[in-house]
Amino acid sequence: MNHLIPLFIAVPLGAAFFIPLVSRHVKWVPDVFGNLTMFSLAAMSFYTIGQSEVYHLGAWQTPIGIDLRLDGLSSLLLIAINVIGLAATLYSVAYMRIFTSKLRYYSLFLIMVTGMNGVVLTADLFNLYIFMEMAAIASYALVGFGCEHEELEASFKYLVLGSLATLFVLIGVALLYGMTGSLNMAQVATSMQSAAQAAQGTMAKPYIFALGLFICGFALKSALVPFHAWLPDAYQSAPAPISAMLSGVLTKTIGVYVLARLLFNVFGISQQLLLILQILGALSMVVGVLLAIGQWDMKRLFAYHSISQIGYVVLALGLGTPLGIIGGLYHLVNHSVFKSLLFLNAGAVEYSTGTRDLKRLGGLNQALPITGKTSLVASMSIAGIPPFNGFWSKLIIIIACVQAGYYWLAAWAVFVSLVTLASFLKVQKYAFLDAAKMALAKIQHTPFFMGLSMVVLAILCVVTSLAVLSGFDAPVLIAPAADVLIKGLITL
Amino acid sequence: MTGMSLIVKTVCRWLKGFILLFGVYIVLYGHLTPGGGFSGGVIIACAFILIFLAEGKLVETKIFSKNVAGELDSVGILIFWAAALTGLFCGGVYFKNFITTAAESHFKLFSSGIIPICNIGIGLKVGASLFVVFVILAAVKIVVPKKSDNINDHEEDEK
Repeated sequence: MNHLIPLFIAVPLGAAFFIPLVSRHVKWVPDVFGNLTMFSLAAMSFYTIGQSEVYHLGAWQTPIGIDLRLDGLSSLLLIAINVIGLAATLYSVAYMRIFTSKLRYYSLFLIMVTGMNGVVLTADLFNLYIFMEMAAIASYALVGFGCEHEELEASFKYLVLGSLATLFVLIGVALLYGMTGSLNMAQVATSMQSAAQAAQGTMAKPYIFALGLFICGFALKSALVPFHAWLPDAYQSAPAPISAMLSGVLTKTIGVYVLARLLFNVFGISQQLLLILQILGALSMVVGVLLAIGQWDMKRLFAYHSISQIGYVVLALGLGTPLGIIGGLYHLVNHSVFKSLLFLNAGAVEYSTGTRDLKRLGGLNQALPITGKTSLVASMSIAGIPPFNGFWSKLIIIIACVQAGYYWLAAWAVFVSLVTLASFLKVQKYAFLDAAKMALAKIQHTPFFMGLSMVVLAILCVVTSLAVLSGFDAPVLIAPAADVLIKGLITL
Repeated sequence: MTGMSLIVKTVCRWLKGFILLFGVYIVLYGHLTPGGGFSGGVIIACAFILIFLAEGKLVETKIFSKNVAGELDSVGILIFWAAALTGLFCGGVYFKNFITTAAESHFKLFSSGIIPICNIGIGLKVGASLFVVFVILAAVKIVVPKKSDNINDHEEDEK
């Protein structure tokens, strides 16, 4: 058995509670320990490539015990979570000095990572709910970490809507348990398929109700358009590394990943479900980007773009073709890299100048060269300019739309990409290129660790674009992940 | 601040030991009778909350400071965590039950492998953290400045 699998959950959990125990007396512990933990998790996540197995906790076999499952999709998400997490903790060493308590910050951060790793690895529906709540509750606290009026308001809004989502999910899990008598995902899937075969392919009504609850719940968690109200406030007021984590991996892990896993591998995908995904995706893409372009607060602008880019991922998954799934997962990884970089850039700008208002910034390229250059890389990635990663994944998504015969969706994706480019040109012009509006002497230098994590992510923007070199059909790492979801297409 | 009347204080002083004892009993016998770490932990927290309610806010530091409770909270989860990890190192599987129980000690206090250890961890965790939640909700007073107040003045007051 591969003992790395439970350690992804055990290591951050242990560290999260070890830090507050020790660091009341020793001040350097949270930084060092938090970074060491995330570094070891990131290193461990690369060892999971190409492995797939089911881990029985406590050596109890499947119907009795709880299982953890590692496959291509889990390993892709694990790498994304832990690498972005490492970048965020590196950044926090310098950035979180402006907040009060590093001890609580790292503790909550590691609990959030525990929850996300758990969601990705678990094969049990109720454990999925528990890990989701762990990640979500830690993130509610982290969004309100500044404890000012705005932050608390955003956190409260996020908390109310997030709790609503988890309530939906819990009722859905309870319904499935009541109908199938099992919480193991594979067993639930098997008994649902046999029930559907007995009823000549029609799904029983409780299943349909549970499906609706899951779609609402996870769409709320991933902030797809009719459900997106909490996201801009939360991302805007969270500390920068937390915005990066929320946008980069949290919404994807406890939203898009779980939705895809349930729809493709548990419920079995159907044309109606694909249509729902397409509508949610297409709406999110265009509404997100149109709301974004008018914003003047850097982080709020990026937050609306998150909605739009998640729309791309969901749309691509909703095409229901292998190429669409590959494009969607590839864009998911790319988005987690460039969007967390953008939020870290916004944090660096705020750290150095004290404001995120684009109207008051300008000419930062001279004062903050690292932030300026890395944000240029990230902006070009998200806008889809070759050779950066965003271009390739958007290209695959557009080709997949054309191949599947959805020409208007392809045109829609191109249009959204153009508007994205326009709004990021706006950011570059007002913040980094225009004439300076504030005295250079007032601007603080970017600390070493913040610069380091931004440079690492900027390099990753280029490195992930190399995945297309192996051909559109089999990018490295993405293919085994896509295979997991493609298996679900058989029911079509 | 000064708490309730002498009668309430005296009754609570008598009761607290029994409530605490009952909580500990529920935790320790969690593997044999209904209950366990969570419910026992809640009862333990209730014993402290009762004193807190009867004696008033000022007693907090005397009976159980919230820093100590915060540390016990971490210790509780670390016990649970250590039980799971020891399973990995001794039994070869994460959460493996590495303590075997002889047949004659079934349904006795010392049985059921690692479950009592996990229960103690959960009991500590739940008891301490519920108490901390209560203390923070009861003792922390948030001052919201009125709109007419100068916000800078308020910040200086806090310092």
